[in-house]
Amino acid sequence: MRLEAEAVVKRFGAFAALDGASFSTGGDARVVALLGPSGGGKSTLLRVLGGLLLPDAGEVRVDGQALPHDEAAALRVLRQNGFVFQGYNLFPHLTALQNVVLPLCEVHGQPRAVAEDRARELLARLGLAEHLRKRPAELSGGQQQRAAIARALAPRPRLLLLDEPTSALDPVMTGEVLDVIRELAEGGQQIVLATHEISFARKVADWVVFLAAGKVAESQSAAGFFSQPATAQAREYLDGLSRYR
Amino acid sequence: MKPATPPVRSLLWALLLLAGVSLVVYALFARVHYTWNWSAVWDYRAQFYWGWLTTLGVSLGAMLLSLVVGFALMLGRRAPAAPVRMLCAGIVELLRGSPLLVQLLVGYYIVATALRVESPLLVGMVLLGFFEGAYLSEIFRGAVESIGASQREAARAVGFDRAQTYRFVIIPQAVRRALPGVTGQLVSLIKDSSLLSVIGIEELVQKVRILNSGSYTALEGYLPLAAAYLIVTLPLSWYARRLEGRFAYET
Repeated sequence: MRLEAEAVVKRFGAFAALDGASFSTGGDARVVALLGPSGGGKSTLLRVLGGLLLPDAGEVRVDGQALPHDEAAALRVLRQNGFVFQGYNLFPHLTALQNVVLPLCEVHGQPRAVAEDRARELLARLGLAEHLRKRPAELSGGQQQRAAIARALAPRPRLLLLDEPTSALDPVMTGEVLDVIRELAEGGQQIVLATHEISFARKVADWVVFLAAGKVAESQSAAGFFSQPATAQAREYLDGLSRYR
Repeated sequence: MKPATPPVRSLLWALLLLAGVSLVVYALFARVHYTWNWSAVWDYRAQFYWGWLTTLGVSLGAMLLSLVVGFALMLGRRAPAAPVRMLCAGIVELLRGSPLLVQLLVGYYIVATALRVESPLLVGMVLLGFFEGAYLSEIFRGAVESIGASQREAARAVGFDRAQTYRFVIIPQAVRRALPGVTGQLVSLIKDSSLLSVIGIEELVQKVRILNSGSYTALEGYLPLAAAYLIVTLPLSWYARRLEGRFAYET
């Protein structure tokens, strides 16, 4: 896939989370990592790329197709995508199984039996076969995040967008979730990943977009970015993160 | 959740507390030497019963209406269109801020008369339903607004539109949070129905007033009155607590 952004601006009140962000990935990028310091605009850019947030100005294109600027059309675009958030954001009143089944039935119009089969198969693949009937409060953080990934994957999304999916998890659970994401990447799933897990990004990403202060400081192939970051900002960021690893 | 007490022990506690309270009440009445005249009340029992049924019927109708009105006003106050929001906020403030007594008098003698509606029972039910609905709308609004931004975002992320977000994500979670407040409001509604006597509805309290003025009794009417209200309000509270248990999902 090719992701492109031209002078994208997104404001929250007086704060410009994205302040004229522009970049373009190569045409064959499959796993795009959004890196950069906190508050730099990673999460906002991820939401804009997936159609979850509408930019105040600028243009975003996925494989040459411009994303719409009105809510209703954006909803149609984002229904083709899957989102996973830092705080899991499962629906707490529903079981793991219902969390996956409900959107399949109500948004994608699948018959209940078909949706349940798909949900069971996915949850089992992500190691949750014994937890289908549990509500989020009865699951560990790692289990919740895997259920959230199952919910995002169930409708076979064109793009899977993950916003710091392991930032709320301890190292063991982080490992569980990263294993899942790596398998997906190796299975050919197109992924956009905002993360601070540099060594993981180095393993799975083939393109890196580096953001700071709402602007894209650098956009290049992952191999190039990790061996020779072009900007001083990116060099400092990488040094800082790898100091204790 | 609080730890469950074993049923036998909680029954024993209930009996003990009941005995204690009865003793205190008995002691108080014994000190004031009240002369009871229960026969007047007994002769009046059919009227008392009719009053009770009237209270029950009006309350039930007003309750159903108040839930609908409360829900509509809550949606109105969260509507995208500013005039709708302002209108609904104005209605809520007017209904909550002015005495029910005045609303009943104006509603019955002016509005209902102008609209040629003559049944005081119907008018009373509607006015009471709107009055309590205004309170309920604020309880609903508080519950709905307590569902966080991350849940709304997650709902949109899985592709739900506005209506689906309400139906599948916000309302099921908000019901749990609104239940205790709604129960209290519905109990209030049952008791507020006593004011309907000002537009000529002979509900329970009015029946007791008639009895008292006819037979020079007082407490003999009012004590059964309190009991008659409790017969309705206690099961309501009990049922609401059971519902809360059924909607509990946070362990």
